[in-house]
Amino acid sequence: MAINMRPTKNPMPTQDPKVRAHNFDEVTLGYTEEMAIDEAKRCLDCKVPSCVPGCPVQINIPAFIHEVALGNFEKAYQIISLSSSLPAVCGRVCPQEKQCEGKCIKNKVPVMDPVTHKPTGKFQEPVGIGRLERFVSDYHRTHTCVAKIEIKKNGHKVAVIGSGPSGLTCAGDLAKKGYEVTVFEALHVAGGVLMYGIPEFRLPKAIVQSEVQGLKDIGVKIETDMVIGHVLSIDDLMTQYGFEACFIGSGAGLPRFMNIPGENAKNVYSANEFLTRINLMKAYKADSDTPIIHPRSVAVVGGGNVAMDACRCALRLGAEHVYCVYRRGKEELPARKEEVEHAEQEGVEFHLLNNPVEILEDLEGNPKTNPNYGCVKGIKIEKMELGEPDASGRRKPEPTGNFTTLDVDCVIMSIGTSPNPLIKNTTPGIETNPHGCLIVNEATNETTKKAVYAGGDAVTGAATVILAMGAGKKAAKSIDEYIQAKK
Amino acid sequence: MFRIVSKEVLNPTVTRMAILAPFVSKKAKPGQFIILRTDENGERIPLTVAGTDPVKGTVSIIFQVVGATTEKLNHLQAGDSLADFVGPLGRPSELEGLKNVAVIGGGAGCAIALPLAEALHKQGTRVTSIVGFRCKDLVILEKDFETCSDKYIKMSDDGTWGTKGLVTAALEEEIKAGVKFDEVIAIGPVIMMKFVCLLTKKYNVKTVVSMNPIMIDGTGMCGCCRIVVGGKLKFACVDGPDFDGHEVDFDSAMLRNGQYRPWERHKYEETCNLFKKEVK
Repeated sequence: MAINMRPTKNPMPTQDPKVRAHNFDEVTLGYTEEMAIDEAKRCLDCKVPSCVPGCPVQINIPAFIHEVALGNFEKAYQIISLSSSLPAVCGRVCPQEKQCEGKCIKNKVPVMDPVTHKPTGKFQEPVGIGRLERFVSDYHRTHTCVAKIEIKKNGHKVAVIGSGPSGLTCAGDLAKKGYEVTVFEALHVAGGVLMYGIPEFRLPKAIVQSEVQGLKDIGVKIETDMVIGHVLSIDDLMTQYGFEACFIGSGAGLPRFMNIPGENAKNVYSANEFLTRINLMKAYKADSDTPIIHPRSVAVVGGGNVAMDACRCALRLGAEHVYCVYRRGKEELPARKEEVEHAEQEGVEFHLLNNPVEILEDLEGNPKTNPNYGCVKGIKIEKMELGEPDASGRRKPEPTGNFTTLDVDCVIMSIGTSPNPLIKNTTPGIETNPHGCLIVNEATNETTKKAVYAGGDAVTGAATVILAMGAGKKAAKSIDEYIQAKK
Repeated sequence: MFRIVSKEVLNPTVTRMAILAPFVSKKAKPGQFIILRTDENGERIPLTVAGTDPVKGTVSIIFQVVGATTEKLNHLQAGDSLADFVGPLGRPSELEGLKNVAVIGGGAGCAIALPLAEALHKQGTRVTSIVGFRCKDLVILEKDFETCSDKYIKMSDDGTWGTKGLVTAALEEEIKAGVKFDEVIAIGPVIMMKFVCLLTKKYNVKTVVSMNPIMIDGTGMCGCCRIVVGGKLKFACVDGPDFDGHEVDFDSAMLRNGQYRPWERHKYEETCNLFKKEVK
């Protein structure tokens, strides 16, 4: 097969930024079959691929891309699904530039001048692995009718707490091995952060629900409205309900605040609250009973994916100005590159190297005379400069003493989350580190309590969907080994 | 789906329902709350557990019709079902070891105060219930309070029921008469709890209040229910809902509770109009 020597990726078709900034439909439209084949042909099919070790679940990337190049899309899907249980999700939300695509050999292949045939000093773009993964899984979902596979049950029961990426992955892997798996979810729908956190325009909820349905089809039971730690404890599950092992994937939900003046004013949200109202409760739709404010001008504090999501949701609610306030520079933004680019295209204004010091409240008159009494009326930010690297290895932002005020009527705090202490507080024998993260054996993901495993953000603190999936996979393997060894 | 087993009108705007929720029923303790959704587009609202019957597997809730969701809820009948009913959430009230307690209930807050008064009574605590309503027509749970209180003081704003005046006046009279409460538990409108706390601070009587801020998930995830207690941010859903009343910043709590008021009013009217149309 002829290799496509074009140095650049096939661009992703997207909705026009001016249009999409006002709707919640998916931003990226996905490759066509022609684009996918063309992109797949850019892969050099390395003998020792460097992309695979870059993938937290080690998908056999060259093999699936090879099938795409041949037009065998379903075969490509089968290769991906050997390693990943949520490919349609990962193709959309993985930070590929830091993982598979970041490791692609093409990044080191110089771009030649077409006339002089000398190096231009630039390097090629990696193969669009994420875009191909998404294409393949979307193709599978829309073209393939899966015959229900009958899996022989092995009679062992496992409980999974939390139905986010780690829980769903762990549940899927165990169900495929014949375990009777019950997933307990605190909210009213399954999916965790995929439902409440990541917005519709980045990850359509129908896709998440189709992945959940896939698990139900192989026999996974999903119990929503069950807050483990309150309604049943882990000990209850293991002593009264016959579960032989538990997996905890309860995430890192507890939002952090900055403890600056004015943080308790009206119209100050945590990103979790803002996004939950929009994504889970559909507050942007007229038929939803959940309220949300439609701000005129918004400051989002933070620079991660969640901050980008909050910025872009605020635009879609009709805000005229959305400012992203981040204390480090553009290079340090922790968000996926594509999210930052999309946010910029849609009109999010970045105030980089700035740190909020105070949220200004409208305290004129009293609540009776002033309908905006107690509401946000601005945010005071301080210019920062980067100093010496800190413990995280990143250069530490230092205050400069120069302040400006942004005219905003809403502030969204997106500065991270901590693990929910509920499970720790209600499960004797489970230990956490000083950050509240569950302590696990790194080889097996077993916690300090026998037969109880954990993974995802509950262990690592806020991280990515794919890392959580990797942990769910590892734990499923350990749980299987543990139960089989008991016999 | 969670079936409504029974429904009882307590006054024109306050209703009691028993919901079939066996798991919740087994675990719920006084002071904890649940979150429900009436239907698929419904919002999640928190309501305090008003009682349980673990044998029948039911949980009672008492609610006042104040907005669209409670209006919808009030239109449901025994035999209908709720889309979601999750709990028990929050920390149970700490009642152990209390010998002499004043339970203050204001308006619909009495629904939350009653299970505490009952639990205290059951463990042998001397219970003085001081209960206030705007007028006689709004009185609820009179018999229930009578049964579990050693002393039952009735107050109303207009004097149509019990003594005319505020609950704080009755409480101060008790304290001045020499009653030594080891704790006051105040549950009702935020403004009432604020004034009870101002009073008890003066007399140095420990006071616990049950906060009822706006919530979404109720498990500590959204941070919507944050309250300033002793200068620190606390989440009512996981750190509360009970807090030391002398430490709570009631003014900011009152402001935050009003965040969506114009929207709520609009949605309520819309919902009422919808029900009126259905009747026609």
